[in-house]
Amino acid sequence: MTAAIEIKSVEKRFGNVSIIRDLNLSVAQGERHAIIGPNGAGKSTTFNLISGYIKPSEGEIRLNGEAISGLRPFEINRRGLSRSFQVTNVFAKMSVWENVRCAVLWASGHRYAFWKNVDHLPEVRQRTAQILEDIHLSHRRDVPAGLLTYAEQRELEIGITIAGGANVIMLDEPTAGMSHAETERAVALIRRLTEGRTLVIVEHDMSVVFGLADRISVLVYGHIIASGTPEEIRGNLKVREAYLGEEAH
Amino acid sequence: MNTAATNAPEVLKEQRGVLRFYGIWLIAALALIVLPLVFSSGGSLTSFSLIGIAIIFALSYNILLGQTGLLSFGHAVHYGLGGFLAVHAMNAVAAHDLPIPLPFIPLVGGIGGLAFAILVGWVMTKRAGTVFAMISLGIGELVASSSLILRSVFGGESGITTDRTALPHMFGWSFGPQIQVYYLIAFWVMISAIAMYALTRTPLGRICNAVRDNPERVEFIGYDPHVVRYLAYGFAGFFAGIAGGLAAINFEIANSAYLGATQSGLVLFAAFIGGIAYFFGPILGAILVTYLQLGLTNITTVWQLYFGIIFIGIVMFAPGGIAGLLMMHRPLIRARSLAMVIPSYLVAALPTLALALGVILSIETVARYTASQGEGNVINLVGIAFDATKPATWAVAAVLVVGGFLIARITWRRVAEAWDRAATVARDRGYLV
Repeated sequence: MTAAIEIKSVEKRFGNVSIIRDLNLSVAQGERHAIIGPNGAGKSTTFNLISGYIKPSEGEIRLNGEAISGLRPFEINRRGLSRSFQVTNVFAKMSVWENVRCAVLWASGHRYAFWKNVDHLPEVRQRTAQILEDIHLSHRRDVPAGLLTYAEQRELEIGITIAGGANVIMLDEPTAGMSHAETERAVALIRRLTEGRTLVIVEHDMSVVFGLADRISVLVYGHIIASGTPEEIRGNLKVREAYLGEEAH
Repeated sequence: MNTAATNAPEVLKEQRGVLRFYGIWLIAALALIVLPLVFSSGGSLTSFSLIGIAIIFALSYNILLGQTGLLSFGHAVHYGLGGFLAVHAMNAVAAHDLPIPLPFIPLVGGIGGLAFAILVGWVMTKRAGTVFAMISLGIGELVASSSLILRSVFGGESGITTDRTALPHMFGWSFGPQIQVYYLIAFWVMISAIAMYALTRTPLGRICNAVRDNPERVEFIGYDPHVVRYLAYGFAGFFAGIAGGLAAINFEIANSAYLGATQSGLVLFAAFIGGIAYFFGPILGAILVTYLQLGLTNITTVWQLYFGIIFIGIVMFAPGGIAGLLMMHRPLIRARSLAMVIPSYLVAALPTLALALGVILSIETVARYTASQGEGNVINLVGIAFDATKPATWAVAAVLVVGGFLIARITWRRVAEAWDRAATVARDRGYLV
C-alpha cells in the first residue's frame, strides 16, 4: 500500500541557511503520526512544505503516491490533504456557520458556482451542521468567528480543517494555549474526527503525543533523528539526549 | 435526539425570513414605481434617474470592496467603457435599423464592462491589497488618457453623442420623455440589485467573503483566491458597464469624464459613506452622494471641500458608514434598550448642529472673501443673511465652531456612556455578542 505521505531527502534553504536538511519521512495510510522536537526545529516549516505553503529547495514529497512538491496549496488540498494552523487562521468577520460551510463547498463539488443558492444545497447544509455539532459549536453558529473565545477558535480551526473530508489531516499544535480540561476535550475531538483518516500532528504536550500517536518522529535542527512507535521513541537514547532528556530534568 | 422538536420553530423562523426577504424587494419595486408619481417635477425625475444609475454603480463597486476586499481606484473604467459601447451600439442600431429596442442597450454596456474586466482582470487580481489598488489606479489613468487620444472611438473632449429615440420603440414608448427613461433605469436597478444580491448568496459570493477575510486560508480549503478575485472583478465590471450604459441613455452622450479618476473616486466615496459591510449600504451612499452632488453644486463653489470633510468624518468616526451606524442599533431595538440612548442623541444634536453651522459659515466666509468675490458676499444660512466682509460674521463663525465643539464634546461623551449602558442591557438580554 502506498504511503499517505512520503518525503524523500527534502531540503529547504532560506538564502544560505538550511532550515530543513535531508528530511525523510513516511506516514502510512490511516496512521496517527506525531512530529515532535524543540522550538525552532522546523516542525511548522515541515508542515508548510507538505501543504504547499512553501516550496522545497530540493527533494520530493508524495501524497498517496502522487508527487505534490511545487504544487500550490489549493491543488494539494484538492488532492485530499488539509491542514490547520498554529496561529488561529479563520475567517474573522464571517459567522462560525459560514466559516465551516466555506470549507465544505469545494469538496462538495460546488467550486466557483455563481448560479446556485448556497442556502439551498442540502448536502452542504447537513455536512456543515454535522461538523458544527462535532466541534461543539452549534450554539455559536451565528457568532462572527473573530468574537469566539480562544478555545472555541481552536475548535473551529479543527472544524475547518476536517470539513472538506480530506483523507490526510495535518494539525499544527491544536492544543497550544489550552487549559488541561480543554486539551482533553480537544484530544477526544481529534481522535473521533480523524477516525479512519491519516493524521499528522505537531504537538508540544507530551501526554497528548504519547496518548494519541501510533508513530512519532523527532525533528531536531531540520533533520529527523528518530522515527518509531511511542515505546521506541521513549527508549531511544539519541532522542533522550536531544530532546526528552531536557524535559525530564 | 430532539431534532424534530427543534426543527419546527426553525422552519417557521425561516419561512418568516423568506417572507420578509421578498417583502423588502416588493416594497423597493413599488417605491420605484410610485416615486415619480409623488414627486413628478422634471428636476426630481432627473435626480431619481441619476440616483438609480449611481445605485447600480455603487453596488457593483461593493462587489469588489465590501465583498471581496479589493480597493479599486479605477472602477469608472468599466462604467465609462460600458457607456461608450452603449452609445456606439445605439448609433449602430439607429444607422442600420437593427431590431434592438432601447431597454436592451444597458446589457451591451454590461458586456463592454465585462469584456474589459476579462481583459485586464487576470493580471490585476493576481494580488490584492496595495498592489491591486495601484494597478487599478494605473489602468484608470491609462484608459482615461487614451480616451482623449483615440478620437475615433471616444470622440475626444466632446465625446460621442447619440439619440435614444432613434431606436425601435417598445410598448409604444419612444423613451424621449424623462419619465420613460426613469422607468427604464428603475427596471434595470431592480434587475441588477436582485442579481447582485443573489450573487452574494452563491458559493462564489461566500468564498469572495472568505477571500476578503483571509486569502491565505482560502488556499487551504481548495480555492484559488486569484480565480475568486478575477470572477468577482468580472461581475463588478459587468454591472458597472450596465450603469454606464444607462448613463449613456440618460445623457445621450458618452465622454471621457465617464471613465476618469473623479468618477472612480465618487463611487468609492458613495460605497464607503453608505457602508461597505452591508449589501444595502452602497444604495444609501449612492442616494446621499447624488443628492449632495446635485444640491451642493448649486449653492456653493467649494462643494468638493464638503465632500472631503464628510468622507474624513465617516472614515474616522463611523468606519461602518451609514449602514453601519443604523445596524448598530438593531440589537438595542431588539433588546428594547434603544430608549436609553435617544435622549442623549437629542441633547447632542443641538451643539453638534451649531458646530456644523459654524464650520459651514467659516468655509463659506473664507471662500467668498478670498476666492470668488464676484459672486457677492452674502451667505444665506438657515434663513439668516451673513455678510462675508463683516467682522461680526467672522466672530459668529468662531463662536459657533469653538463653543459648539466644546459643548458638543461633552454631549458626545454622554452619548458614549448612554450607549454603553444600553449595550450592556442588550448583552444581558442576549441580543449582542
